[in-house]
Amino acid sequence: MTYRIQKEAKKESMLINMGPSHPAMHGTIRIMLELDGERVLNAELEVGYLHRGFEKTCEHKTYFNLLPYTDRLNYVSPLINNLGYVMTMEKMLGIEAPERAQFIRVIMSELSRVSDHLTALAAMTMECGAFTAFLYYIQAREEIWKVIEQTTGARMTTSYIRIGGVRADLHPEIDPLLDKAIAVNRALLKDCHGLLDKNKIWLNRTKDVAVVSPEMAINYGFTGPCLRASGVSYDVRKAHPYCTYDQVRFEIPLGDNGDNFDRYMVRMKEMEQSLKIIEQARKKVPLSPPSVLTDGIEPAEAIKASRVKKTEAKITLSPNLEGSEKEVYPRILTKGKKYIVPPKEDTYTNIEGLINHFKFFMGGHGIRPQKGDVYFSVEGGSGEVGYYIVSDGTDKPYRLHLRGPCFHIVAALEEMIRGHYIADIIPTFGGLNMIGGELDR
Amino acid sequence: MEKKKITEILKEKFPEKIKETSAQFGDETVVIDRDFLLELSKFLMKEPYAYTMLLDLACVDYLGDDVRFEMVYHLFSITNNDRVRIKVRLSEKDLKINSLTPLWKNANWLEREAYDMFGVHFEGHPYLVRLFMYDGFEGYPLRKDYPLRKRQPIIPIRKKE
Repeated sequence: MTYRIQKEAKKESMLINMGPSHPAMHGTIRIMLELDGERVLNAELEVGYLHRGFEKTCEHKTYFNLLPYTDRLNYVSPLINNLGYVMTMEKMLGIEAPERAQFIRVIMSELSRVSDHLTALAAMTMECGAFTAFLYYIQAREEIWKVIEQTTGARMTTSYIRIGGVRADLHPEIDPLLDKAIAVNRALLKDCHGLLDKNKIWLNRTKDVAVVSPEMAINYGFTGPCLRASGVSYDVRKAHPYCTYDQVRFEIPLGDNGDNFDRYMVRMKEMEQSLKIIEQARKKVPLSPPSVLTDGIEPAEAIKASRVKKTEAKITLSPNLEGSEKEVYPRILTKGKKYIVPPKEDTYTNIEGLINHFKFFMGGHGIRPQKGDVYFSVEGGSGEVGYYIVSDGTDKPYRLHLRGPCFHIVAALEEMIRGHYIADIIPTFGGLNMIGGELDR
Repeated sequence: MEKKKITEILKEKFPEKIKETSAQFGDETVVIDRDFLLELSKFLMKEPYAYTMLLDLACVDYLGDDVRFEMVYHLFSITNNDRVRIKVRLSEKDLKINSLTPLWKNANWLEREAYDMFGVHFEGHPYLVRLFMYDGFEGYPLRKDYPLRKRQPIIPIRKKE
């Protein structure tokens, strides 16, 4: 197959491949360039190197089982992907999570947003040679991930936010870690503003490079920081508030030029706002009473006892289930046994619990929304993460389509780099925050 | 005074063209014929409706229905903060629809994806080739009659030119 760029290229210009395995093309993408010296005359993108058939796979999984696949879309902010999918399902099922769970979701998605921005900026700065800034960003991200790991049990593939609420309550000892994470991030923002804002090398590669006008941004379907860098004020958290975003105060930072520098600046300012949201939200979720995991009877004993008569004693759960005891359920999960996994204590010790468990996991049972189709979106790290789900009334989605924010943004790269130097491609590409898992699905 | 819904406005404006309207789960939806898509999009794009953003484009395969495919467009208006969904049914024998690339630039890739996954032809598209799959891929993977674990033939190594 001959590519368009091969056909259209001038005879005297040079064609060169950037990627798919190029250190700056993180996420495997191929940019074919038509060059005149060092200037880009034309470009063509080839994507799909990370295509795993996410949508096809989801059509063959039950609504509950496909949740882990959503982790792997935008793998630097998996919690927001979970949230998007889960809220779409909740809209379809007509259920709502308890308020505590809503605030936990807000905290978690803001933590993810910060880690998303940190990753994007870390990659962008490193590729411009600012290795110090890279290390600072990654160190700060580590602190965020420690908080996430403590509560969700995983750093990246969390599957923490569940239909009807969240999987477990916040960890009882989250406070010191969260304090540290916020403090480290505040210090980082200050440091990195100092390192980069007036740095001549950085400014040369970012100021007035790859300018996107507001009209072009809208026409390409930009959302998130890239749209706001062009000066268009649109944020799903404000426009269509979900969870409890209407109860916290925050601002939407805007850029005025739409160049690489603005995309960097908007991300930096957004992190500040995210930290503010986390601080407000954590006041609304007072820490849970200490976990009751340690002072119960052993599960094996409880099962044995339950064979004779119904047991009421507390049971020591595996540490993997921390924060998801039966008593915590009303605080973090919606009522209605149709939509949530029954508590493990019930499953193992009484027959109703066991039946509920089977009813939830058996093929053809479980979560079965009514016929119809639904679209819902949340504000992800790089823009609006939307899910379009078609249900045919069974326990598997008939069709699931993801609106990945960076799909629309990367589509504009060809036009953005036209007329610039090769060296400008790297910060431009970094500033778009392309995530292969989400783009190629 | 409550603002008039876009579906009602469209119903009044184009009584013959709008086949159906619905608002399941609060998502405003209009169903139209494919010939009307470009005209409707142009109408919606202008003030005062200003649906200036093509939010999403998806195709759904209803295998076994008389009219097999359905294109689903989501438009979004930033100024009015409003979404609308447009649905167009396409039959398998005549799987063609007007391209929206003259209006929205991101329609380019979105339509390439729909072509790649479902084999929908977009008339007027400047460069309709597969987006995610490679050249030489057989079939359309997201169609319902494409098995989940189907193996593809090995493609020959490209010759040096």
